[in-house]
Amino acid sequence: MYDVAQIRRDFPILSREVNGKPLVYLDNGASAQKPQVVIDAITRGYAEEYANVHRGLHYLSNLATEKYEGVRDVIARFLGAPDPQEIVYTTGTTMGINLVAYGWAMPNLQAGDEIVLSVMEHHANIVPWHFLRERMGVTIKWVDVDSTGYLNPQKVIDAIGPKTRLIAITHLSNVLGTVVDVKTICHAARERGVATLVDGSQGAVHMPVDVADIGCDFYAITGHKLYGPSASGAIYIRRERMDQMQPFMGGGDMIREVHKDSITWNDPPMKFEAGTPGIVQQIGLGVALDYMMGLGMENIAAHETRLRDYARARLDGLNWISVQGTTPDKAAIFSFTMDGAAHAHDLSTILDKKGVAVRAGQHCTGPLMEHMGLTATCRASFGLYNTEAEVDSLVDALELAHDLFG
Amino acid sequence: MAQQAFEDVVEDFEFLDDWEDRYRMVIEMGKAMEPLPDALKVPATKVEGCASQVWLHPRIADGTFHFEGDSDALIVRGLIAVLLRLYDGLPVSEVPRVDARAELARLGLTEALSAQRSNGLRAMIERIRTEAANAA
Repeated sequence: MYDVAQIRRDFPILSREVNGKPLVYLDNGASAQKPQVVIDAITRGYAEEYANVHRGLHYLSNLATEKYEGVRDVIARFLGAPDPQEIVYTTGTTMGINLVAYGWAMPNLQAGDEIVLSVMEHHANIVPWHFLRERMGVTIKWVDVDSTGYLNPQKVIDAIGPKTRLIAITHLSNVLGTVVDVKTICHAARERGVATLVDGSQGAVHMPVDVADIGCDFYAITGHKLYGPSASGAIYIRRERMDQMQPFMGGGDMIREVHKDSITWNDPPMKFEAGTPGIVQQIGLGVALDYMMGLGMENIAAHETRLRDYARARLDGLNWISVQGTTPDKAAIFSFTMDGAAHAHDLSTILDKKGVAVRAGQHCTGPLMEHMGLTATCRASFGLYNTEAEVDSLVDALELAHDLFG
Repeated sequence: MAQQAFEDVVEDFEFLDDWEDRYRMVIEMGKAMEPLPDALKVPATKVEGCASQVWLHPRIADGTFHFEGDSDALIVRGLIAVLLRLYDGLPVSEVPRVDARAELARLGLTEALSAQRSNGLRAMIERIRTEAANAA
């Protein structure tokens, strides 16, 4: 039994008001709220269990190290990774993808090699590849989505040529809600010796993930969208790819020995984790993932599917709203525009006055916006604690906006 | 006291007691405002730092400050129409003396300035002041 009323009580911020109205938080795609257990873990981490990790031999350092390192097991379980040593800590997906760009792609690709991206990638999965295009002469090949936002996996596979070295693709579009069949893509790529990176920023939040089943080489997640602390995160890196990587950032912890004229690296994953990390953030992420797994990823997905169906039906009832992304199995993420002259920022301003938090703008997806011929949309993105009553609040606020701008 | 055009707006707003009606009025003012010709929507008139697109085209003649403006967002267009009442027709030397924040507070629109940095109202006011200072 998925008791959403009970779950909402786990998130203290959900009981606050905004602009004199109960908060209706529908900006989960940008960042999710935190349950009390995560907040408590952060407080306890600093109040009772804090020291630097991997350094001191004293009690607190050992305790913090044990807690911090233990999160690797939690993340491996969350992602279905066979070995916790294939989990590299990051500050989020952006850092994870940059690690792959600098640590794997730069030493292994050369001018003329190709990277395949879908047109609906987030800038975090575009800009690092532009670096390679600008600095090394690597070519980016784009695969379009159709008018419903569907990405045909065969079109991605067909884009693989003799020069293709990497396919970097989202698991779930942050704008359209499209779920990508990454398993089909990754298996076909593996057969052809092409590396695969899956941007799991959104995907891991809304459905069970099993990287072994998907068959990807890299799977990046970001903690703050997973109900965990900001600047926490991880990337799964398949062992064979890890062996092909050079360190990305240099500093403490990632080395074994440093001399004036030589250096030896620490073993992976620490080889890729330079400097004092976000210790407490990462411990908080472990608690957040345990919280999600405690609810059950299947149960969360089922709840959000119900929300999606209800939201889709209600938004379909507003004939002056156009929703972008209409694949039948999409996630509960709704980008929309209002017919007429109102800008997405106009809409979000009125929704905000009614306590409804949505995002308006390009959503860090310039190429997708160009593809859709839009400059901005509003986006309502649902999470594990949202309710059908909140869908109603969204629709009521939209009706007011329509009345005001109409 | 601001100039009469703005005082008239203040008077209109006095009868509006909730935010919906105030926003409705701002939106109506924006809709009623002459659009900026496309030929003037160029990089030189574009105001950076706004979430939506905003253009301001100042015209200074005989020491008097005039401007036209536009935006692709209706609320921002309305706020430009309000600023027009506040600044258009003032002697250039008086433009910097206008306390825009205090004047907008009289309309119950302070949150348009404070909470919503990104709507570009601040950037617009800054641009108006800079243009006037450059002409003075």
